[in-house]
Amino acid sequence: MSRPPNRATLFAAFLSIGLSGFGGVLPFARRTLVERRGWMTAEEFNETLSLCQTLPGPNIVNVSVVVGARSGGWTGSLAAVSGLMGAPVVIVLALAALYDRFGALPAARGAIAGLGAAAAGLVAATAARMAEPLLKPGHLVAAAPVMLAAFAAVGLMRAPLPYAMLLLAPLSIAMARRLRP
Amino acid sequence: MSGSGAVLAGLAAQFALLSLLAFGGANAVVPEVHRQAVSIHHWMGEQDFAALFAISQAAPGPNVLICTLVGWRVAGVAGALIATLAMCGPSCLLTYGVAKVWDRHRDAPWRAAIGAGLAPVAVGLVLATAYLLARAADSQWRLAAVTVVSAAVSWITKWNPLWCLGAAAALGAAGAFS
Repeated sequence: MSRPPNRATLFAAFLSIGLSGFGGVLPFARRTLVERRGWMTAEEFNETLSLCQTLPGPNIVNVSVVVGARSGGWTGSLAAVSGLMGAPVVIVLALAALYDRFGALPAARGAIAGLGAAAAGLVAATAARMAEPLLKPGHLVAAAPVMLAAFAAVGLMRAPLPYAMLLLAPLSIAMARRLRP
Repeated sequence: MSGSGAVLAGLAAQFALLSLLAFGGANAVVPEVHRQAVSIHHWMGEQDFAALFAISQAAPGPNVLICTLVGWRVAGVAGALIATLAMCGPSCLLTYGVAKVWDRHRDAPWRAAIGAGLAPVAVGLVLATAYLLARAADSQWRLAAVTVVSAAVSWITKWNPLWCLGAAAALGAAGAFS
């Protein structure tokens, strides 16, 4: 473990994390924080991540809050989050402005159609990777029905998310409690 | 559309609520963002939503950028900033507060149960996101094939997702889907 970073270093590190990842930046966060900067061990990263995945909100944003807070209190969190979000927000707005300006051109329309189709596939793969550890034999038996229920309620029946969460989350947590050894 | 105060306040309230419901990250609330933006408020059409999501994936950075773009479509740059701040702010505050007490309860059984219980819900929600995006984006069989191939490649290999996005965009620019 190297010594805790100051705010400028935190900002710079999360700036590079924000700019390096496409369609999710967690792998880059791990590489930067654990391997390149040595601010946390792999175990610490995993624990931080598991906390941040349990809490609501964009996972990587939560990770930056925790890492920032550890070394610089709330201003450290602010430095980390603004480093993470600042550049991507500017870039995505520039891309969107280009889309509005040139989106009607046939080549741009085709490119956007291809991008959209590929992006849907990437999200499906994310879901598959998230599901893998839950569907292994010996793990939580009830994972599959809960997954299907959440998918059907929100994806097929288009139920409002707050109601779906209010129903499914307590149910699933209660089942997880009972099924755990 | 320019951002009147009421519109901005509505955006802020909606994304602040979603921030606290986003178990499983930003991808898990995309179905709700889609429902609000397309079905309820008619801020944009199905195709436009799919295009904005595609752009958010083609930009570097966290998945939460789809919220930035929905805010932008509704109320320009002010809307983009408000939506982003509202989507990140409440969950950041919660995380900041909880991180301090969390370590003390590292081995508490309720902690493991919450994590284990929320995980399958999150998977179902991300799956719903994929389904809705595919439904919006795959207007013909070639595009559906792109979705399937990109899902398979991204699941099986560890390649940078940019390869899938880039190849699909290049195919489209060359007229493969027209």
